[in-house]
Amino acid sequence: MKTPIYLDNHATTSVDPRVLEAMLPFFSETFGNAASRNHAFGWAAEEGVEEARAQIAAIVGAGAKEVVFTSGATESDNLALVGVAEFYKDKGNHIITAPTEHKAILDTCHMLEQRGYEITYLDLDQHGSIDLDQLAQAITDKTILVSLMAANNEIGTIHPLKEIGRITRERGVLFHTDATQGVGHMDIDVEEMNIDLASYTAHKIYGPKGCGALYVRRRKPRTRLTPIIHGGGHERGLRSGTLNVPGIIGFGKACEIMQAEGVAGREHLLYLRDRLHQGITHEIGEVYLNGHPTERHPGNLNLSFAYVEGESLLMGISDIAVSSGSACTSASLEPSYVLRSLGVGVELAHSSIRFGVGRFNTEEEIDFVIKRMVEVVSRLREMSPLYELAQDGVDISKIQWNQH
Amino acid sequence: MAYSEKVIDHYNKPRNVGSFGKGDENVGTGLVGAPECGDVMKLQIKVEDEIIVDAKFKTFGCGSAIASSSLVTEWVKGKTLDEAMTIRNVDIVEELSLPPVKIHCSVLAEDAIKTAISDYKEKHEQPEQAVATA
Repeated sequence: MKTPIYLDNHATTSVDPRVLEAMLPFFSETFGNAASRNHAFGWAAEEGVEEARAQIAAIVGAGAKEVVFTSGATESDNLALVGVAEFYKDKGNHIITAPTEHKAILDTCHMLEQRGYEITYLDLDQHGSIDLDQLAQAITDKTILVSLMAANNEIGTIHPLKEIGRITRERGVLFHTDATQGVGHMDIDVEEMNIDLASYTAHKIYGPKGCGALYVRRRKPRTRLTPIIHGGGHERGLRSGTLNVPGIIGFGKACEIMQAEGVAGREHLLYLRDRLHQGITHEIGEVYLNGHPTERHPGNLNLSFAYVEGESLLMGISDIAVSSGSACTSASLEPSYVLRSLGVGVELAHSSIRFGVGRFNTEEEIDFVIKRMVEVVSRLREMSPLYELAQDGVDISKIQWNQH
Repeated sequence: MAYSEKVIDHYNKPRNVGSFGKGDENVGTGLVGAPECGDVMKLQIKVEDEIIVDAKFKTFGCGSAIASSSLVTEWVKGKTLDEAMTIRNVDIVEELSLPPVKIHCSVLAEDAIKTAISDYKEKHEQPEQAVATA
């Protein structure tokens, strides 16, 4: 077993060797521009791209002609929101989303607000789930789009896509889902779920970085977009720019493997994730799960370790790559906005760690991580004045702290 | 973020972790910060004849906060109360090479030692006041 151990698979994943192998020829012998229509180099690249396009479409139950290639999920989210907002501006100016969405959605919504669009942010319960009745009530005759993610990148909570799609279809409103974390890790079928737009990317499913897709429904209803990048008219005018052929080939292969491994792949993640969760909570108390207990991404485990600050915890487990919900490592000292919007107390938000289990993790690695976590949390609690106060029976929330 | 070697050393081998009895006559306690801010420090001093003979700390916070409080417990030992009052946060920043985003950790450590000293002084002023008002 090698250290550091990678348990941050929501941030990115390593390229699967089978994906890399599929990509390699497209850097050298098959290097053509897929838009070159008048020679064999272009045709070979185009053939590869179209095969990949079908694989990428299939993972969400779409047709190949409904996939638009982008540079990644952030661009896909931008294209979906801005593209719809712009195209349908005569129909309405209202968009519905939720505060736990990725920044690619939230920041784009803020930009649209400045341009005069109205955004409704739905309330969430303690698990990060929406209330479908509230969603239905929030739709007005000005609503053009509902954007809700498939699986949350921090807490793993899965939104009920099928139920959301039923409501949006009934009310004649478009439904976009940011499926970046969800794709391949949960059932997503754009037909069955009435999804009109879906963003996803290769590098979260063992493909390369810099290659994303936006699914755009072609009929019933035909979903229209105003492009945000202009130029040579690639991707039926929706996204100009030379296609990232090796990236797309890798994305296609990654989707094919993900689909082929299907349930077995998810069960591998679930088994390791639950082993990690149980292993930690069996040894140490006052560890709280963030996100939904059952409706969640199979590889996601987000835990708050009471009385221990997240950044010091990360420092103690430097041989394990995970992510902290406390953003102390960046310039801001604010804890995770996702956890805060669920009403997780600030101190517990500061104490949270996100584990992202992936395809290449092993049982041996998980057991090592359990042992390290127990060691470090116990050591830091011995050093924590909050733990001492709690052991003495003091209610920490009742203390008058002098905040800085 | 990369930590300085000294921060890592204090984090891995914190000096003087622990607690004295809060009620002890010769102990002064400073509890500063707030859980919501992600930092709480408890710093305690044991005083004999105006000299700090021992110090202990417990900290909830990032590595820099742990290092700042650990360092201060080392620095105050053997100092008189007046000498200890002169410890400034900039000295801590310099010793641990703290980056700008971690300066608040040093401020908190300075605050902790000052609060512990005032706590000790308050304990010892009260009997005199009692005499004066009697």
